Amino acid sequence: MKVFQNAGHLFRLAAVFAVGGVAFIGVRAFLVPKSFGQYGHYRGNAIAEIAARPVNFAGHQACEDCHADVLEKKMGGKHVHVNCEACHGPQAKHAEDPGSVQPAKLDTAVLCVRCHEANLAKPKTFPQVVSADHANGLACDNCHQPHSPVITDGGTK
Amino acid sequence: MSGVEGFMYPNEVELQWSVLIVLYPFLTGLVAGAFILASLERVFRVQEVKPTYRLALLTALAFLLVAPLPLQLHLGHPERSYEMYLTPHRTSAMAMFGFVYLWYLMAVLVFEIWLDYRRDIVVLSQSTTGWRRLLYRVMTLGSNDISPRALAIDERVGWIITLVGIPSAFLLHGYVGFIFGSIKANPWWSTPLMPVVFLFSAMVSGIATVMLLYMLLTRLRKETIDMRCVDTVARYLFYTFIIDFSLEMLDLIHRIYEADESFRSLDFMVHTRLYMSHIVVQIVLGTLTPIALLALTQVLRFGEMARKRIYALAGCLTLIGIFAMRWNVVIGGQLFSKSFLGYTTYKMGLITREGLLVAIALTILPFVILWVLVKLLPPWPEKSSDALSGAASAD
Amino acid sequence: MNITRRHMLLLLPAAALAWKHVLAGTPEASPNYKMTEHWWGMLIDLPKCIGCGNCVRACQAENDVPDGYFRTWVERYHVSDYDIENPAVDSPDGGKEGFPPAKAEGGRNFFVPKLCNHCADSPCTQVCPVGATFISPDGVVLMDKTYCLGCRYCVQACPYGCRFIHPKTQTVEKCTLCYHRITKGLITACCEACPTGARQLADLKNPNDPIHEFLKTHNVQILKPYMATHAKVFYNSLDGAVR
Repeated sequence: MKVFQNAGHLFRLAAVFAVGGVAFIGVRAFLVPKSFGQYGHYRGNAIAEIAARPVNFAGHQACEDCHADVLEKKMGGKHVHVNCEACHGPQAKHAEDPGSVQPAKLDTAVLCVRCHEANLAKPKTFPQVVSADHANGLACDNCHQPHSPVITDGGTK
Repeated sequence: MSGVEGFMYPNEVELQWSVLIVLYPFLTGLVAGAFILASLERVFRVQEVKPTYRLALLTALAFLLVAPLPLQLHLGHPERSYEMYLTPHRTSAMAMFGFVYLWYLMAVLVFEIWLDYRRDIVVLSQSTTGWRRLLYRVMTLGSNDISPRALAIDERVGWIITLVGIPSAFLLHGYVGFIFGSIKANPWWSTPLMPVVFLFSAMVSGIATVMLLYMLLTRLRKETIDMRCVDTVARYLFYTFIIDFSLEMLDLIHRIYEADESFRSLDFMVHTRLYMSHIVVQIVLGTLTPIALLALTQVLRFGEMARKRIYALAGCLTLIGIFAMRWNVVIGGQLFSKSFLGYTTYKMGLITREGLLVAIALTILPFVILWVLVKLLPPWPEKSSDALSGAASAD
Repeated sequence: MNITRRHMLLLLPAAALAWKHVLAGTPEASPNYKMTEHWWGMLIDLPKCIGCGNCVRACQAENDVPDGYFRTWVERYHVSDYDIENPAVDSPDGGKEGFPPAKAEGGRNFFVPKLCNHCADSPCTQVCPVGATFISPDGVVLMDKTYCLGCRYCVQACPYGCRFIHPKTQTVEKCTLCYHRITKGLITACCEACPTGARQLADLKNPNDPIHEFLKTHNVQILKPYMATHAKVFYNSLDGAVR
């Protein structure tokens, strides 16, 4: 073993590296999350964690189960495909506990213009008005019933 | 939206990568460049640059130790950075950083420094007292063998390590260029030339740094500067600069000629928001001027004093220019919108975690570390304690 | 409306039934959701978009999106007749409160809602150094907030600008296609809130999904197809001027 005679220091260094390598492998086995690699190069449990987030919008089906009368009104009207929470906002809490959580009353003067204020970029066939010229300052629900907005006779008022 | 001109996607307005990410390639560039200079002597037997050999290695180590700090400070969760070692994503260029860095630090730089200094370390472990003695004894790893045969083995192994170290240095800094160059979403970054440009500008900055440090430290030690050494280093700086400049010009001319969909937007950006940092600082002050100065020293014969001044000026301008290049790549790449319809502004904080003061501190830190290293592992035996001068051979 | 006790007796069972719809599909309540049976995307029917901003607001309400950042946003384009390659685009606060009236300057004007395209070959998941962002087996690009380092490489790699760093958690965020909703049999918040049906969730693996018929009969494009990301958000009648 003459070639290794004065190379003791190199073996010591190699030993340091070997110990480091083994320690790394050991620590790694301990630290890598157990579900990592389950579906791909990521923590498998992350999918379930993301899916478990609570919802804020109940979805129109939940609304229609209780408020079938409103659904009836919407049928045949132009707003039939406008989901309830598009105007009423997130109502999952209300769907969970209808008694104690009440949706806020909507102000049609603010609500309706969001969609129906005239704008050049809106599709030409979409019903839009210049609100300042349209109703002399009256709120929209003076004439239009939001659930079925076509005017036949008076509105909600 | 302050500072926004035209249209930007709403999430693009805020810059993601700050001045710390400008600093990081600058620091690793210095590491790679200093190492390449050291390898000139070790592998290519350019004897003239021998006086800078050990200094170059220590400089590389000082900067390499600081290099991860700007990255850590920039991360949203630095405490999770170990994940890059545990679960590196093989498709990500950035994931390889941890291993390339570790390889270069331990298997190249520290190994080479240890082999080159081993004799001095063993001597110092026997001649000093107190905590220094303990430190040197740990560094010997318990082996006091400094027989001629052991030292010959060290020399041979060191040569191999340096040889392996050259492509390792290229990898260490080239991958930074690749990280930028492989992002197809960003046309300012996306080019196969990016790793090569980064590498050559790194070599330029590293050589300039070692040249400046050598001149400065020799001055401080009240020794005479080896002009043959400095002239040679400056010549290599000049050659490398020519290559670097050619590469950058190639990228520029190619862009202007091809004029793809991003060109108008990028061109406008360079002429307005990047005018000072790109045209004035990087190109005129930081590239053309040092090249011209160095070219003059090659063509005309100047006296020693004049040459020293020219080299010092050229070196400083080079470093400013290379930093500006990193700035223009990193910050410039985030100033324009990917819709090519607008621009934003970089609001650099002052005392924030990623602000100017931190950047300045991180630039100064490697010099502090270098000072400590120079004290612990003196690059020049004549300067060191009496114990070493007894064991010193012609070095 | 006065809620009397009699009303409550009638309403509560209906409410319980309603809530069951909401809860359906949670791992405990409905283990019927199998990831391999779905491949999610979205259809944006541009001629129907009215730029009301409902989707932006709904997304913010559903996902606690911080102000100034957007998981989805709406852009308005003005394309003049003589320079179709250089549109004028604006997106005031992401379109969250709608858009101010446009100046009458001729040319074409239209809205384009944007969100994460949940690319099948996403550059963002390619560059993540640790595996904190990934595409789920059902085709949704998601982020593991507890694993993300906040290095922002993915933000740089996304060609569409849909990612951002959450100022509080300092991790990356973007549209998750309301994964917590679609796995429960609901639709995304933006689709729920869209009044015109411009946004529709699509399950490409479901043979009954209307997207299949739509793709056969309409001119549908994806954003930046030359980026080869294989985006799964399909735009009906996407104008060439759209960036």
